[in-house]
Amino acid sequence: MPVQVQGEVLSIRRVGAYIAMTVVAPGMAELTRPGHFVAVQVGGPESSMLLRRAFAIYDVKERGVYGGTVEFIFSVHGKGTAWLAQRRPQDKLDLVGPLGKPFRLPAERVTATLVGGGYGSAPLLPLASLLRERGCRVDFVLGAGDQHRLFGQLDAKRIATSIEVTTDDGSSGRRGRVSDVLPELVDRTQSDVVYACGPMAMLHAVTEICSSRGIPCQVAVEESMACGIGVCMTCVLPVIGDDGKTRMLRSCVEGPVFLGDRVRWSDVGTIPEDVVGSITAQAGH
Amino acid sequence: MTELTVRKTDEVFTRPDIDLTTQLASVTFPNPVFTASGCAAAGQELDQFFDVSQLGGIVTKSIMLAPRSGRATPRMAETPSGMLNSIGLQGPGIDAFLDKDLAWLAQRGARAVVSIAGGSVEDYAKLAAKLRGAKGLAMIEVNISCPNVEDRGQVFACDPRASAAVVQAVKRSAPTGVPVFAKLIPDVTDITESARACVDAGADGLSLINTLLGLVIDTDTMRPALGGITGGLSGPAIRPVAVRAVWQVRQALPDIPILGMGGIRSGLDALEFLLAGANAVSVGTTVFGDPRAPLRILDELAVALAERGFSSVAEAVGLAHRPPEIRLPEGPDPVGDTLGDTLGEPAHDGQEQL
Repeated sequence: MPVQVQGEVLSIRRVGAYIAMTVVAPGMAELTRPGHFVAVQVGGPESSMLLRRAFAIYDVKERGVYGGTVEFIFSVHGKGTAWLAQRRPQDKLDLVGPLGKPFRLPAERVTATLVGGGYGSAPLLPLASLLRERGCRVDFVLGAGDQHRLFGQLDAKRIATSIEVTTDDGSSGRRGRVSDVLPELVDRTQSDVVYACGPMAMLHAVTEICSSRGIPCQVAVEESMACGIGVCMTCVLPVIGDDGKTRMLRSCVEGPVFLGDRVRWSDVGTIPEDVVGSITAQAGH
Repeated sequence: MTELTVRKTDEVFTRPDIDLTTQLASVTFPNPVFTASGCAAAGQELDQFFDVSQLGGIVTKSIMLAPRSGRATPRMAETPSGMLNSIGLQGPGIDAFLDKDLAWLAQRGARAVVSIAGGSVEDYAKLAAKLRGAKGLAMIEVNISCPNVEDRGQVFACDPRASAAVVQAVKRSAPTGVPVFAKLIPDVTDITESARACVDAGADGLSLINTLLGLVIDTDTMRPALGGITGGLSGPAIRPVAVRAVWQVRQALPDIPILGMGGIRSGLDALEFLLAGANAVSVGTTVFGDPRAPLRILDELAVALAERGFSSVAEAVGLAHRPPEIRLPEGPDPVGDTLGDTLGEPAHDGQEQL
C-alpha cells in the first residue's frame, strides 16, 4: 500500500547524463521492492504543473541517521524535471510511493539475464542484488545512446557474473543495440528468465528474442502517467489476459511490470479492434 | 557533520465545530466535499490514502451499458494549471460496476453518486433502470457530454432539447427518491438555457461544470498531442469559468441545488464555489497530483468557514449574491442617524479619489 509523504532531499548528484536524487521518505523504503516506482510532485505547492512525475525507484535504505530513504534516477526533459534538478538538500518534496507491481522473483535458483536501456537499469540493480542473495546467476546487458547515457555499469559489474555493454555510437562497449547481443548471451548462459526495463522499442525487441526461445521475460514499461495511482486511466496499453482477451490495462497499477509476451507491442498507442469494449466511434471524454 | 534531527510529529487536526451538512434535493450529505467524476475511479484507489466514507460523496467515473476500452494513447497532456484529457470513458460496463464497484462503496459506507453516460436517450434510461434497488446509491449524475449516435454525434449537452430528453428519460426510469443531477458543459452560448431545459425536464439539481473542449499540439511531432485529437480541459485553469457558470445558474434558478466543480485545489477555492451558489463541490483534477486532496480541502473549508464566522455550510451558499453593503463612515455614529446623509461620501479616510 503506497504512502504519501513530505520528504526532504538528502542528496542530489549528477551521474553521467542523469541525476540521482535521494529523499528521506519515512515509511516508504520498507515497502519498496525492485520495480516499484515513486510519483513526485513538481514545482511546489502552488505549482502550475499539477501532475506528478513518475520514476522507478533505484535504491532504498530502510534505516539511516535521517530515517528511511529512497533514491531515483531521472533526466531533464521538461519543466518539471528541470525544477526537480534544481532541488538542493533539505528542500521539501512530496512523494507518493511505492507504486505499481514490482518484478516477480523466481522461487528457485535460476539463471537470470537483466537488460537495461538508458536509466532503465535503475530498478534492475536492486533486483540483481536480490536475485544474487537468492543464489541466482545474474548477467547484465546495458545499452544506451552513448557512454554518458549508460547507468549503473560499475554496480552491475560488482553484482553480476558478466556484463555486456552496447552504445548506439560505440563510445562504450559494442556499437549497436542490446538486442544485437542478447540472443547470443541467453543462449550461452542458458538463461531461465529475462528482466528488462527501458524504452518501449527495446522492450519489444527483448520480448521477441525471449519468445522465440521460450524464455519468460518480465518488462517494466514507461508510459506517460497523470496520477500514478490508478484513477486517471491515461497510462493504458493493450495487454492479453489469462483468458486470452486483450484489455487496456493501466501501467501504474496493473504494471509497470508485465510479462513481455502479454503486451501487444505493435498495438501500443492504438485500440486494437479485438480489445474488450473496443470503440470505433469516438465518444465523450 | 552528522546531526540528529528530531522530526515533528504531525499535529492532530481538529476540524472546527460547524454544521457541515448540505442538502442536495432530497438527500442530506454529511459534508459538501465530493470527488469528481472521472477523477477518483470508484473510490478504492483513493481509499489507500484516506477513508473515502469521510467525504460527502464519491462521484464515480461515468459508466456506460457495455464494457469500453476508451481511446488510443496519448490520452493526456499537461497544460498551464490544468490538463487536457481524452480517455474516451474506459470502463467495465454497468453490470460489473454494480457487482464490484458500487458494492464496494456500499460496504465501505460511502455515499455513491453514480455518473452515467450513454450514446442514446435509451442508453441513459436503461442505465438509470439498472440502478433501481442498488445499495449505496445516494444520487445519480447524468454525464450528457457524450455524442448522440442517433443525431450525427452531436453532443447532448450542446442542445438543450437533447439534454432535456435525456434528463426526462433518466427521471422516468431512475429509482424514486434518488436525486438526478445533470452535468452541464460551459461550451454553450448561455449555460442558464441548458440549466433551465434540464430543470424543466425534471432534473433535481445541476452539476457545474464539465471540462472545456481544448486542443494541444506537440511542437516536436507537429501533430495534436492527444490520440483523440481534442480533449477536455480541467484544473485550476478553468476555475473562473466554473465559478461564473455557478454564479449565472444560481442567479437564474435561485432554488436549484448545485454541485460545483472546476479546478478546486484548496478550501478557499471550495468556499468560492459555495459563495457563488454551489451547495456542494467536487474535487477533480487536483486528486491526480494530490490523492489526499479531497479530505484536505474539506478540512481547509471547515477552517475557512469558521474563520469567517459561519456556523454552517448553508449560511455560505450563494452569499456572494447579496446586495452591496451600504458602507458607513468610520467613527462615532452620525447624530442624525439617517443613512441618506452618509451615502455618496468617501468610505474611509476622506481623501478624494483621483
